[in-house]
Amino acid sequence: MFVYFLRKLIVILPTFFGVTLVAFVFIRTLPGDPVMLMAGERGMSPERHAELMAEMGFDKPIIVQYGLYLKQLAGGDFGTSIITKQPVLKEFATLFPATIELSICAMIIAIFFGLPAGMIAATRRGSVFDHTVMTSALTGYSMPIFWWGLLLIIFFSGILGWTPVSGRVSLLYYFETVTGFMLIDSFLSGQEGAFISAMSHLILPSIVLGTIPLAVIARQTRSAMLEVLSEDYVRTARAKGLGPMRVIGVHALRNAMIPVITVIGLQVGVLFAGAILTETIFSWPGIGKWMVDSIFRRDYPAVQGGLLLIAAIVMIVNLVVDLLYGLINPQIRHTD
Amino acid sequence: MTEIALQEVVDNRPTGFRAVLAEFWSYFSENRGAVAGLVFFVGVILVAVFADFIAPHGPNHQYRDALLQPPFWQDGGSIKFPLGTDAIGRDMLSRLIHGAQYSLFIGCIVVSISLVAGIIFGLLAGFFRGRIDTFIMRIMDIVLAFPSLLLALVLVAILGPSLINAMIAIAIVQQPHYVRLTRAAVMTEMTKDYVTAARVIGIRSLRLMFVTILPNCMAPLIVQAALSFSSAILDAAALGFLGMGAQPPTPEWGTMLAEAREFILRAWWVVTFPGVAILTTVLAINMMGDGLRDALDPKLKRS
Repeated sequence: MFVYFLRKLIVILPTFFGVTLVAFVFIRTLPGDPVMLMAGERGMSPERHAELMAEMGFDKPIIVQYGLYLKQLAGGDFGTSIITKQPVLKEFATLFPATIELSICAMIIAIFFGLPAGMIAATRRGSVFDHTVMTSALTGYSMPIFWWGLLLIIFFSGILGWTPVSGRVSLLYYFETVTGFMLIDSFLSGQEGAFISAMSHLILPSIVLGTIPLAVIARQTRSAMLEVLSEDYVRTARAKGLGPMRVIGVHALRNAMIPVITVIGLQVGVLFAGAILTETIFSWPGIGKWMVDSIFRRDYPAVQGGLLLIAAIVMIVNLVVDLLYGLINPQIRHTD
Repeated sequence: MTEIALQEVVDNRPTGFRAVLAEFWSYFSENRGAVAGLVFFVGVILVAVFADFIAPHGPNHQYRDALLQPPFWQDGGSIKFPLGTDAIGRDMLSRLIHGAQYSLFIGCIVVSISLVAGIIFGLLAGFFRGRIDTFIMRIMDIVLAFPSLLLALVLVAILGPSLINAMIAIAIVQQPHYVRLTRAAVMTEMTKDYVTAARVIGIRSLRLMFVTILPNCMAPLIVQAALSFSSAILDAAALGFLGMGAQPPTPEWGTMLAEAREFILRAWWVVTFPGVAILTTVLAINMMGDGLRDALDPKLKRS
């Protein structure tokens, strides 16, 4: 297992350096130099400009600059936002819980509905239920989620008036940030209605963000289940006279879960991409909205740092999924 | 004994392009959803081609006396603007019809760029292996490490927001999938006898790559092309929605949604119809893609 881990790590390391190189190159491909970018609209005198360029090492050869950048990253410095003058890492850490909270709720919805739907569809292959699930799943998979979010707002906020349009919690409530997760913080605050308010703010964005993972999980579960159900050992289990619940629930499900877990893990990248759109629509103060805002505000150090942090997170999660996969399925560990 | 066994192996099925096509169609048409998707998709193509003749009004013509007019079946609507008008009095139906042109154009360009680039890199990697392979695949890993929409967004930020730049960005983000597929297919084909035979005859590498091996790797690439056609439309619409794709007043569906956002609680039609157009087009292509996969995937084929 340790060798397997090392092998995975060796593959991922060059990619990680590649990602830092992309982030490094990004800010240099923009028109103007980094100092001018930081100066923004104000501009500055040529002397001050040269001074700053030298101070920040931009007059050195590009390789040395990259080395300096890596050193800076190793020290936990991901740049400083031009707009807020805050360290990018700090801003990221403040907003990240909002995105995690949203993503976790989205995944809970996706798994809670996707797994059973796929399983039942597989066991009743060709039935009306199967066709309905598969058609809905393909529709969900084809959904422009930014439009889907707008539709839900029109219906649930506009017509029914059930849910708020944007934000994380009603402005009526104020409480200290303890965990950064609004559901937990509002609950801990003990204020009446705060938790309900946080919940009602969370529900629509979670549905929107969970739609594509839900569709993917339902489709993947169904096809994995169908494959397993045609295996000899399932037939043996049936021949032994085991009830359908036991055959499907115990024998088939465990093996069908292997590809499904991988697919669930691979949704992390999808969730980030989806968070960009979902958070923009619902004004959800997370990483996705922050990235979009930073791009529009031309806060390029923030974009650079955010890009790198998000890619690193996606890579780490994928590595963990790979390791889990190796843990569940020894076959993978021992073959290449 | 051996003679009988040999005879059984002989394949008497008709060969040639028409037979292949007939076989393909017999598998494809089994999937009713795929046929429905194909019919709808052909419909969208026809609408796009004949947009100028079908659309009742010009896509950018502003009727100043008919702002935010609802569809004809609602009070205040008129048959002159069947799906209503937007905030500056442009006919929704005409804009949607012209929008089909943009979506199909985006799909075609993105798929062409990423397919061609992906095939070339994938062939190089799978054929030569070694350092070239490692180098190409590491770069693809780097591209895949970023969430696709985020990378596209950042690329557009560098290139400047426009439809062309959005298409380039989406193509860059999508082509690693083609590289991986081509490489995997090439590596499988390379172990087969016909490739060894071709080498023994002395066929040059370039010819071997493109003429001998590539045609046998096409099936997964065609399926991927269908799937990435639809995701190109979705991503371009998302970029347009974020203001990083086609710019107003272009009647691109995503851009139309961005313009309509502020009216969501007042005029449902300006928000609903562009989304329906995106969803149905993407869904039709995905249904077609499913059918293509069933028809072309040899693993699922019952022979």
